[in-house]
Amino acid sequence: MDSSIRRRLDYGFIQTLVPQGTRVLDLGCGDGQLLALLEENKGCSVRGVDINEEAVLRCIQRGVAVYHGDMLEGMRFYRDAAFDVVILSQTLQQTSDPVHVIEEMLRVGQTAIISFPNFGYWRVRLELLFSGRMPKSNLLPYEWYDTPNVHLCTVTDFRKLCDQLGLDITREILLTPSFEPISDLAANWRTGLAIFEVERRSGG
Amino acid sequence: MGNAPNLDDARTVGLVKPQTWTFEEPLALASGRHLGPVTQTYETYGTLNADRDNAILIFHALSGDAHVAGYHSPEDRKPGWWEIMVGPGKPFDTDQYFVICANVIGGCQGSTGPASVNPETGEPYGLDFPILTIGDMVKAQKRLIDHLGIDRLLTVAGGSMGGMLVLDWAVRYPDRAASAIAIATSARHSAQGIAFGEVGRQAIMADPNWRDGNYYGKSVPRAGLAIARMVGHITYLSEEQMRAKFGRRLQDREAFGYDFETEFQVESYLRYQGHKFVERFDANSYLYITKAIDYFDLTHGHRSLVEALAEVEAEFMVVSFSSDWLYPTAESKAIVKALHANGVPASFLEIPNAYGHDAFLLPSERLSGAIRGFLANAHRHQRRKGR
Repeated sequence: MDSSIRRRLDYGFIQTLVPQGTRVLDLGCGDGQLLALLEENKGCSVRGVDINEEAVLRCIQRGVAVYHGDMLEGMRFYRDAAFDVVILSQTLQQTSDPVHVIEEMLRVGQTAIISFPNFGYWRVRLELLFSGRMPKSNLLPYEWYDTPNVHLCTVTDFRKLCDQLGLDITREILLTPSFEPISDLAANWRTGLAIFEVERRSGG
Repeated sequence: MGNAPNLDDARTVGLVKPQTWTFEEPLALASGRHLGPVTQTYETYGTLNADRDNAILIFHALSGDAHVAGYHSPEDRKPGWWEIMVGPGKPFDTDQYFVICANVIGGCQGSTGPASVNPETGEPYGLDFPILTIGDMVKAQKRLIDHLGIDRLLTVAGGSMGGMLVLDWAVRYPDRAASAIAIATSARHSAQGIAFGEVGRQAIMADPNWRDGNYYGKSVPRAGLAIARMVGHITYLSEEQMRAKFGRRLQDREAFGYDFETEFQVESYLRYQGHKFVERFDANSYLYITKAIDYFDLTHGHRSLVEALAEVEAEFMVVSFSSDWLYPTAESKAIVKALHANGVPASFLEIPNAYGHDAFLLPSERLSGAIRGFLANAHRHQRRKGR
């Protein structure tokens, strides 16, 4: 499964988390497909940021306003609370400063939707345990030497970080690697891809 | 390039005729002076539709003119300056859009400028012509758009100085354009840009033929204007491009001559560009237009660029080229960030290439694709809003 198809699979789930008529920023928005869907289906006012020139061109051709550049740079000039929802789909683990990214997301946006591959998934753990090699899967398709994933984490790690940063996880969607929704039971073992909706802790 | 145009090519607008329009009511200029009557030469391509919502105003750059596309006569060797972008089926698709371009005031290609006759004296203006700003040029063109009966342009578009006119239009007349395309430009001309402008002006003014601008009907300051153009051309190319195009190669000789003849290919190229330019451009116009560019600073009178752009309503696309050091990417990004701070929908695209500032005039799949896509969506958005 190439990365664009994998990205598209979680678009459906992310869409369910985005309310009608909201202002949405998608970081690492790729070719703008999710944003175009949100504009079309939910009447959202959408903006994107992507570092890839080809992706940016596709966004422009779709009519999605997009910033060609780094996501932190692309967010810096947006005013506080300029967006209702800021999305980071399967890219958190590729950012060089995830904490800064999350904090900026919740400066420019009310709500952040963050999805990432769970490094605590049981097959990942077993692969490392038994083969002694860096795990590879459809969600983690890279060799250790060419992976863009510099900050992989587990569901438990992410929850802990949110707690440290004073963030509430308001909703979560946990999926198997083949994108079947699962319950919260033993989530850090069973989840392949996690989608979290987080907000600043109220009163915090 | 062939000797005669292929007018049967379905992708050219073919033969076009420049038009002129004169307004009498003097234009109040930024300097406090007034200019009038004012003639503007312009060209149009395509057809204004019944809803009058498909009009695009293109602004030319420093040495450009109203002749964007097509040919003036079957003998013309070269088409308009943006033939690659404007025509049937091209990004500015004249089958869909009504495209307008006017020569800026202060220019020398048919609009009122220093070479025009001053009605008060019956002589060419020369240096009696008032100093202009980019905003003054925009105000004149706005009157032309009023005259053409267009309430709201679909897009204003331009590169380099043309991009400055785009920005000024979007600030000055926020409800008069639904969208804007600014290519390889800046919201405030840089110190480096001003420096090169000044070298060009000094070269002209140091030419004994310049005579304080009173050279009309006499020998013109050819040498000075040619040098100004040579300096300009250096700023339009990237170092990489110059290395690739010319390197240290010699022109028409095998060995050094140990003299001051044209030896290197790059010298030959610059001299050729300089001499070619003198045939078509007025030295005083070069002074006035470069001065207008130097004065351009949207933040003038504002605390920040964000504040300066606060009234903008047009959705924007800003494009830069990675090797453009005259209008570097950071200056385009500054525009987009200030638009974002104001909540204006603005896209930014940096196109990687080696051609320097001149890239906006050269064929580029990326630039073509971006313009085509942006316009289609701007038209769709405008129609949705209009209904």
